[in-house]
Amino acid sequence: MKIFTYYPGGIHPKEEKLTKSTPLVNAPIPEIVVIPLLQHTGAPNTPTVKIGDRVRIGEIIGNSTAAVSAPVHSSISGEVIGIEDRLTPSGVKSQSIIIKNDFKEEWVELNPINKLEDLSKDEILNRIRNAGIVGLGGASFPAAVKLSPPQGKVIDTVIGNGAECELFLTIDHRNMIEFPDKIIDGILIEIKLLNAKKGIIAIENNKIDAAEILEKRIIERGIKDIEVVLVKTKYPQGGEKQLIKAVLGREVPSGGLPFEVGVVVQNVGTLKAISEAVFEGKPLIERGLTISGTAAQKPGNYIVRIGTLAKDLIDFVGLTKDLRKLIFGGPMTGVAQSTIEVPVVKGTSGILLFGEEAFTMSPEEESPCIRCSSCVDHCPTGLMPVLIDHALRKNNLKLAEELHALDCIECGVCSYVCPAKRHLTENIKKAKQGILKQRKIEAAKKAAFEKLKAQREKQSLEKEAKQ
Amino acid sequence: MIEKKIDLTVTSAPHIKDRNSVTGIMGNVLIALTPAFIWGLINFGLVKPLLIVVISVIASIAAEYIGNFLFHKKSSIKDLSAGVTGLLLALVLPPSSPYWMVVIGAFSAIILGKMIFGGIGSNPFNPALVGRAVLVVSWPTLMTTWTNPVYKGFSSMTYATTTSATPLAIAKLQSYSNLIEMYGSKFSLYKALFIGNVPGCIGETSALLLLIGGIYLIIRKVIDWKIPVSYIGTVFILSFIFGKDPIFSILAGGLFLGAFFMATDYSSSPITPKGKILYGVFIGIITVIIRTFSSYPEGVMFSILLGNAFVPYFDRLVPRVYGVFLKREVKA
Repeated sequence: MKIFTYYPGGIHPKEEKLTKSTPLVNAPIPEIVVIPLLQHTGAPNTPTVKIGDRVRIGEIIGNSTAAVSAPVHSSISGEVIGIEDRLTPSGVKSQSIIIKNDFKEEWVELNPINKLEDLSKDEILNRIRNAGIVGLGGASFPAAVKLSPPQGKVIDTVIGNGAECELFLTIDHRNMIEFPDKIIDGILIEIKLLNAKKGIIAIENNKIDAAEILEKRIIERGIKDIEVVLVKTKYPQGGEKQLIKAVLGREVPSGGLPFEVGVVVQNVGTLKAISEAVFEGKPLIERGLTISGTAAQKPGNYIVRIGTLAKDLIDFVGLTKDLRKLIFGGPMTGVAQSTIEVPVVKGTSGILLFGEEAFTMSPEEESPCIRCSSCVDHCPTGLMPVLIDHALRKNNLKLAEELHALDCIECGVCSYVCPAKRHLTENIKKAKQGILKQRKIEAAKKAAFEKLKAQREKQSLEKEAKQ
Repeated sequence: MIEKKIDLTVTSAPHIKDRNSVTGIMGNVLIALTPAFIWGLINFGLVKPLLIVVISVIASIAAEYIGNFLFHKKSSIKDLSAGVTGLLLALVLPPSSPYWMVVIGAFSAIILGKMIFGGIGSNPFNPALVGRAVLVVSWPTLMTTWTNPVYKGFSSMTYATTTSATPLAIAKLQSYSNLIEMYGSKFSLYKALFIGNVPGCIGETSALLLLIGGIYLIIRKVIDWKIPVSYIGTVFILSFIFGKDPIFSILAGGLFLGAFFMATDYSSSPITPKGKILYGVFIGIITVIIRTFSSYPEGVMFSILLGNAFVPYFDRLVPRVYGVFLKREVKA
C-alpha cells in the first residue's frame, strides 16, 4: 500500500501514545457543568435560558443568528444556577451557563431516522447546525458552515482526517476502532451534502489497526466511493493543509480555505458526531477525549460531558505526582491552563497532566540563535521562522508580513527543533496578531479618511451651488 | 489517596521540545574532529602539535571569557563554541607554528572574528578562519613553513622534523608531474593524500578521517550535506574543466576540512536550502580560481571568507511558502 506524505519539513518525535489500546469509557457525570457560550470559531451565542430554569439534556441554552456560529446545549439535566463570565480553555473569558445536575438524566426528545434518504439536504444541514457540531480536532469551526461552501464552488473530495499526529492523543484512534460505521456514515453524509465524487479517510501508518477496521467495514458494506489511505507518521501530517497536499497533491492558496481546491477536511471525531446528529438527532453534549501525561494515574480515553470542569476529571483519573502543568489539547499545540476550574469544551481533544518534568520537556530559557537553520529546514510551510522572530523582536511587523508570517499554521515545529530553545512559535503568533491588528487599524483609518473626504466634497459642492 | 499539590505554570506551546542543545551540537563537532586531530598528533610528532592545540583551545576560551567581560555578556564558555573555534584554528596551523603566534591567532579568532559582532550566532565570518587569515597576512613565512610527516608506520616512529612543501605548493611551483614522480605513482600520491601522509596543516592532511568526521556530522544532523557536497563537487568539476587532476584537487590541501567543518559554520553560512547549494558552488569556484590563477597554492580559506561575505545574498533564495505560487506555477 502506498504511503502518502507532504514535503518538505516536519518532525518525528516520540509519539507517546500511552493510551492507544485503552477503550473509551464514560467519565463520571459531574455535579456541576460550566458551558461557555463561545465554543466555536465565529460569533458568540446569547443565552436562551435564565437563572432558575430547568433544562434537560440536549436542550439549547445558547444560540445565535449569525451565519458562522453553532448553538450550545445543556449536557446534563438540572437547574441553571448562574450565567456569568468564566475562563475557557483558550485563555479568554466567555459568558457561560452554569448548571447544577439533578441526576435524573432526562433527555429532550430526539428524532432518529433510519435512512439518509428520508431527509433532504437542507434538513440534514439543519440537523448538523442545530446539533451544534463544530470541528472536534481543535479548530472548532462550525461544521454546518464548512459544509455549505459558497455558490459555484465544486467540492470533489471529502477527507476524513484520522492522522492524529499530535503526541499523546489517541482519541481519534479509539474513535476509528470503536465507531468505524459512524465515521463512514459521516463521510457519506458529507459526500451527499457536497455532491462530492469521493471520500478519503487518511490515517497515519502508526494506526494500521484502525485503517484495517475501516477498510473492512467499507468492503463489507459494499461502499465504492470511500477509500482508506495511509499517510506517513510525521508531525504535522494531520494539519489540514499538509494532509491535502499529502493525499491529493493540491495546495491550498495562501490565505485561502480548502474548498478553494475542491476539498473539505473533517476530523474523524467530527464525522462521528455528524452521523449521530443526522441519524440519531443527538446534539453535541459530550465528546471523547484523551486524558494522559506523566502525572495521570489512570490515563485513558474518556467520554466526557461538555462543561465538565478539569478538576473533576483530575479527581477522577488521579495524580501520581504534584501537578505543575495542565494542558488542554496536545503538547505541540495545546494551551497550558492557569487553573483547574476550566471546563471541557467542544474543541477539547485531550487533557494532559505533567509534574515537574514539564520544565525539562520544554526549557524556557532562551540562548542566542546560532543560525543552525533547523527551523527553516523543518517548517512544513516553508517559512523562515528565525527571520520572522528577528523581525518581531525589532518590532518590524511589515518585514514579518513580507516573510509570510500569516501563512504560519502554528504547529510548533520551529520551537521544537530549536537547539537554542528560542520561543519561535510564540513570537510568530505574536507577529500574526500584530499584523492583523495593524490591518484593522489601517482599515479604520482609511474608512475615516474616506468619510472625511466625502464630507469635504459634499461641503465644497454645496458651496459651489450657493455661489 | 495522598493529596497532591497543584501549582500550575502557564507557558506557550509547544510544551515539548527536542532534547538537542547548542552545547550538544558543539560537542558533536568536537567528536567529529577527534580522528583528524589524533592523526595530526601522530603525523607531526605528538608533543608539538598537542601543545599547539592545547594552547589554541585555552587561549580561545580565555579570549571568549575576556570578550564576555568586555562586552558585558553572559558567560558563553559552557556552549563549547570557543573550544570548537580553538580546535579548528589549531588544525589549520602548520605543525611548526610558534606558540605565541597561536595565542595571537586564537585571540584574533574570538575577539575580531566573533565577540565584536555580538558573540555566538552573530559573526558574519568563520572565526577560526579570521584568526588564520590574520596570521597568514602577518607572518606569511611562518604560515607556509611545512614539516614532513614523521609517521612512517608505528614500528619506526622517528620524530626528526624536516621542512618540506605541501603537495599543492609543489604542484603549483614545480609541476604536477614532478609531484607524481616524488610519490612514485599517481596511485601512491592519492593514497598518501587520502590517508594523510603528506605535509600540511595539523588537521587537514587526512581526507579519510575528515570524511568520517563529516559523515558523522551529517548523520547526527549537525550539518547539512548540501554545503560540503556542492563545494567539493564544484571543485571537482571545475578542476577537471581547467585540465587539472580532479581527484588530486579535492584530496589535496584543506578542502575536506574546509568543506565539512569551516564552510558549514552556522552563523557564517546560509540558512536557506537553495542558498546553501549556491554558497557551496560559489566558494568552490573561488577556490579553484585562487588555486589556478593566484600566487597562493591553496584557496580554501579565502574563498570561504569571501563566501561568508555574500551569505545575505544567498539567503535571498528563500524556500517557497506553501500555497504561495509563482505566476508560472499557477495552473490554468
